[in-house]
Amino acid sequence: MSAATPNKCPLRILVCIKQVPKAQELQVDPVTQTLKRVGVPSEINPPDANALEIALTLKDRHAAEVVVLSMGPTSFDESLERAVAMGADRAVLLTDRILGGSDTVPTAYALSETIQKIGGYDLILTGEETTDASTGHVGPGIAGHLDLPQITYVSEIRIVDGTVRARRTAEDGTEWWQTSMPSLCTVNFGCNKPRAPTLTGKIRVKRGGVIAHWSCADVGIDPKKVGLLNSPTIVAKVDTIRLPARAGHMFSGEPKETVRALLEALIRDRVIVP
Amino acid sequence: MTDGHGLEDKSHFRGVWVFLEGRAGHLRDVSTQLIGEGRRLADLRGTPLTGILPGNGVDALAEQAIGYGLDRVIVVDDPILEIYRSRPYAQVMAQLIRRHKPEIVLFGASKNGRDLGGRLHAILETGLAADCVKFDIDAEGNLDMIRPSFGGKSLAHILCKKHRPQMASVRRNVFVAPPHNPDRRGEIVREAVELKPQDVDATLLEFEEFTKEGGLRPEEADIVVSGGYGLADPKNFALLQELADRLGGAVAASRKAVDSGWVPKTLQVGQTGMTVRPKLYIAVGISGAVQHLAGMQESEKILVINIDPKAPLFEIADYGIVGDLFEVVPELIRQLDALKGGDASDRRVVPAEAR
Repeated sequence: MSAATPNKCPLRILVCIKQVPKAQELQVDPVTQTLKRVGVPSEINPPDANALEIALTLKDRHAAEVVVLSMGPTSFDESLERAVAMGADRAVLLTDRILGGSDTVPTAYALSETIQKIGGYDLILTGEETTDASTGHVGPGIAGHLDLPQITYVSEIRIVDGTVRARRTAEDGTEWWQTSMPSLCTVNFGCNKPRAPTLTGKIRVKRGGVIAHWSCADVGIDPKKVGLLNSPTIVAKVDTIRLPARAGHMFSGEPKETVRALLEALIRDRVIVP
Repeated sequence: MTDGHGLEDKSHFRGVWVFLEGRAGHLRDVSTQLIGEGRRLADLRGTPLTGILPGNGVDALAEQAIGYGLDRVIVVDDPILEIYRSRPYAQVMAQLIRRHKPEIVLFGASKNGRDLGGRLHAILETGLAADCVKFDIDAEGNLDMIRPSFGGKSLAHILCKKHRPQMASVRRNVFVAPPHNPDRRGEIVREAVELKPQDVDATLLEFEEFTKEGGLRPEEADIVVSGGYGLADPKNFALLQELADRLGGAVAASRKAVDSGWVPKTLQVGQTGMTVRPKLYIAVGISGAVQHLAGMQESEKILVINIDPKAPLFEIADYGIVGDLFEVVPELIRQLDALKGGDASDRRVVPAEAR
């Protein structure tokens, strides 16, 4: 583990990202009842892109190395290459068939082991949740595994005198927290505008060698702790949502008439009291 | 995988727990709502229902919690627990769970509830299902944790068969809070948990409370007036506020309106925003992506105002007006004013619950 010495230069910031189907393209395979991932346009999970933008902003201000990390099939290279083209220094993809079907417990474990293997980190960033699974459990799970301070739902980070200051969106207001390094923050979706890939970034990607592929064996991940069979949760079945039938009183025509008819109905049904 | 050992272990786990969150001397409504559902599950399993309340000086809150239907509250009182922090709270929960072995642990899917659950499930290496909307007990006695999946297009049944406890989070307003019975008797148990000063690994430097625009949050309002991309310009939200004011309601927005930077994210309804279940949800210029439905489809009545008769949201409308919102909404405001001669202050469904 990295020593949290103040003013240590450069900072090493790890950003965990996932590649997800584009939000507008979410499609369920009618046969398998799982999310269609093949042949569907993908993107960096949008909150992860916000986390990457925070890392790159910190890199602009401080001497920092930004390492992007993901776990998944080699098709995830597309998103890792984009991250490097945006300004990340390098990327690591943990890719191994035995990881397939992992829920958030083995995912947090496997990413934690990979983070340890990368080593020397000061700050770990993840998105607040993924748009495909929407659990938000992996970021805090990694912090739990690595026994690090965690600050979730963050939209701004400053490095001040070797400490992390993070603005967190809580239930009733905004909090500014200070914690030591190394630590982990999860980043709010939509808190910034992720930058576009640059030409020099694209050239770096073209030259190759920016993504390292690691297997579980490379990292030292225990095969008995990952994959579908070693996940505490299973998806027993998936139901299509059938919404209860609603009255469906439709009014169309001149606004004066439609509004009058609507108000009559609302009063009749005791939805509003005149 | 052989799991004889796991199954044997499993039988030692008993009871339903609810993690309780308080604020300013009151339980958060997500906690009271969870107590109601926890009661149902505990009765189905024939086991007691326990509330877990870490904090500093929270005895009165524990008394209050019993009245919602708990059999017992475990209070962990320590100055270190004065405000929520991930590490000490996760320590408390992990130690209590190892000590007492509950079968089911429920959390509110609040910011702190998710922060805690995510850390804790990795420490305990057990299953945690996020944002559940319904629970059942299956034939083998497992908790069937039902949650929206794929952006709200379907419901997934999650089981945690071999690991205990089975843990789940639930968003605010998914369940209805039971009435408070001040005469209900329950046990309050004070327990010690080992906490070290270095567990306080983060310092709160500043807190700025959200200003309550219009005085009312959408989650608390009986009428929600929600605007979408059809509003075309941020200044048009003033029109929705006028309508909301006349109805004693609150203004909210779709993700597209939020992403366009027209209104703050704290007003967003839907999958990545809040869940509301008001008596009347008025959707203005919102076409109705499934992600939006996930946050409002439990509303008692839904009124849709949209110029496009093919807008998907009309399919779940109780009332629908096909028309130009810039004509319909001002007309609605005029006619509401006419109904009460311009005095709009008492034209609300019922007074919003005081919190």
